[in-house]
Amino acid sequence: MTASPMHFMPPQDFHARSRAALDDPHLRQSFKGAMAFLQDKRRSQFGDDDELQRLRDLGEAVRQNALAKLPALLEQLEATLTAAGARVHWAATPEEANAIIHGIAVARGARRVVKGKSMASEEIELNHYLEARGVACLESDMGEYIVQLAGEKPSHIVMPAIHKTRADIGRLFADHIPGTAYTEDVDRLIQTGRHTLRQAFVDADIGLSGVNFAAADTGTLWLVENEGNGRLSTTVPDTHIAIMGIEKVVEKLEHIVPLASLLTRSATGQAVTTYFNLISGPRREGELDGPRELHLVLLDNGRTQAYADEELRATLQCIRCGACMNHCPVYARIGGHAYGTTYPGPIGAILSPHLLGLESTADLATASSLCGACGDVCPVRIPIPKLLVRLRTEANRDPRAEVEHPLKGQGAKYSRGERMVWRFWSGAFARPGAYRTFRWAATRLRALAPKDQLGWTRYRTPLEPAPRSLADLLRARGQPL
Amino acid sequence: MTARDRILDRLRAARPATPQDAGAGADPGRERHVAAHAADARDAGLEARIDAHFAARRENPPPPPHVLAQRMQAALEAARAQAWCASDDAWPAQLAARMRDAGVRRVVVDTATPEGRMLRAAVPDDIEPVAFDRPLQDWKAELFGTVDAGFTVARSGIAATGTLVLAPDAVAPRTVSLVPPLHVALVYASTLHADLHAALHAERWQDGMPTNLVLATGPSRTSDIQQTLAFGAHGPRWTWVVIVTDTKGQQ
Repeated sequence: MTASPMHFMPPQDFHARSRAALDDPHLRQSFKGAMAFLQDKRRSQFGDDDELQRLRDLGEAVRQNALAKLPALLEQLEATLTAAGARVHWAATPEEANAIIHGIAVARGARRVVKGKSMASEEIELNHYLEARGVACLESDMGEYIVQLAGEKPSHIVMPAIHKTRADIGRLFADHIPGTAYTEDVDRLIQTGRHTLRQAFVDADIGLSGVNFAAADTGTLWLVENEGNGRLSTTVPDTHIAIMGIEKVVEKLEHIVPLASLLTRSATGQAVTTYFNLISGPRREGELDGPRELHLVLLDNGRTQAYADEELRATLQCIRCGACMNHCPVYARIGGHAYGTTYPGPIGAILSPHLLGLESTADLATASSLCGACGDVCPVRIPIPKLLVRLRTEANRDPRAEVEHPLKGQGAKYSRGERMVWRFWSGAFARPGAYRTFRWAATRLRALAPKDQLGWTRYRTPLEPAPRSLADLLRARGQPL
Repeated sequence: MTARDRILDRLRAARPATPQDAGAGADPGRERHVAAHAADARDAGLEARIDAHFAARRENPPPPPHVLAQRMQAALEAARAQAWCASDDAWPAQLAARMRDAGVRRVVVDTATPEGRMLRAAVPDDIEPVAFDRPLQDWKAELFGTVDAGFTVARSGIAATGTLVLAPDAVAPRTVSLVPPLHVALVYASTLHADLHAALHAERWQDGMPTNLVLATGPSRTSDIQQTLAFGAHGPRWTWVVIVTDTKGQQ
């Protein structure tokens, strides 16, 4: 296994990591098999294309309705959950979110946190923050547990350990879990994980989870999972902290019905997952289990930047199914770690610039052939290819240009030389006289074409103008333009 | 200025742009009140559109309970649960015999519901019914370490997917269906709904939710290791569902 630990790796090294991933046949085989598997699973759920297209329309409408009313819905969610006895916290930045969660741990004297799956907690590097302050964090989702043991980060938002084979995991468990013999038997590996993590649920002071959907009307957090670790994390410890991006709220509980169907079928090809865990408050008087305290942390972390722009706002429609990754020819070849961001693949390319700024993420939007597969499978109809092009434009915009909704890191890839070439090119093509002169010069002086043509000649032979232009050849045949 | 104010201010500053404008080709010259009016009309239609979508894919009138019971059983089996239909008076003895055959020694069964009392009366001497009569923290290690099975009565079921609607409360705490390796659920055929959409509306979830409502479909599972399906990841490894039909003796 050549995947190296991903902690705090800057996304700028995207090219180098892509190269390394492409040169790793083991990794490529893992992803090739996994992508084919997930595509087949999804396809098996959507045999009726008419039903799928109508459901996608509904999913898009539900998410757009929620985004149109987002500030009011967040306040409503806060009010309903607070009335039920929960506490709602707001965090504009990862630092604020981490400090809030650490503050809750300190107030309760908590030393141990057991975690259900949460990409938002990955986004804020919560484990690292808490570990540095003496609070142990244990991932309990099998895939997350595996990548935590390996000192890595998830390579897929739904299946975090998708880059690993059963042999990798057999070795990992044998090396890290005392008394465990090497095996490639998946049942035995899962049972090993189960037994190792069971005590963690008993001992944990705090259970931390993500949120898949939140309903503003009933104040319900809707968690989707298969393993039961999410239920254990949100049920057994005395305190449950849920963290979610501010975009996840919808107006009504009934709006989640089409979204849940789209999510499970698009993500893992299941009609439903084993558990939909709907949480609407902490333990009530008389109940014998469930957390006594429920906290919800609402995280912005750049989402308001995407929200400000009408076109980029569609990014926030995402329900994190991962179908865009599973169908992306680039993701399938380089895998999730190459992106160096919490969210890889097409959704990562359009979301990460808002979270991290274009300075470190501008290359991600270029890692696409714009084939359109991501947009075709998106269950909520996010126009991903259009947004990729838009982010390329923003990355190449003059950093000093004043626009209505400037993005963090605008012009990160701006090059004056490149801008001059394009200006010359459009000038030549806009004026017939200039174009004729350019054409004459380019064909007659073709021997002077540079052999080093920057990015183009890295992988291709240099471009050289033809001896005669098409217009000249047609004219010679008596077919003037 | 608090984080809350900063976030809400940023979101409010971005309004009144309506998202439909971005998708459907904006008409920048359109009057704002016209756009707002159109947004209201669409909102009123959203629930109706969702209802129409799911209603169009269900039979009308709804199928009778015995048909739903058959579907529930088939869907549960597809989800790798064991499910069977049983009559009102026969299920306790049948279930007790199955538990004995499976080697169950300790099972959490309540004493408050008629079903709990019927099962307690039916289990043989070598199976010990355990009451969940104190807060979890008083016997956490015991529940995790020594109990083989948990028995719950589902509020209802969803036939299309074989889903149990579990509404844990003081009588049937959340961990009963979660911690023991075997979860045994009883669901009445008369409570079955065709699909999730029908369940939510028939039970009027929007009028008030319990602290925890769980939709459980089959045993705990994972495909996190090389896309290979394995059961008993963290929740129950086995799920048994008794579907109680009114007709006696019908299997």
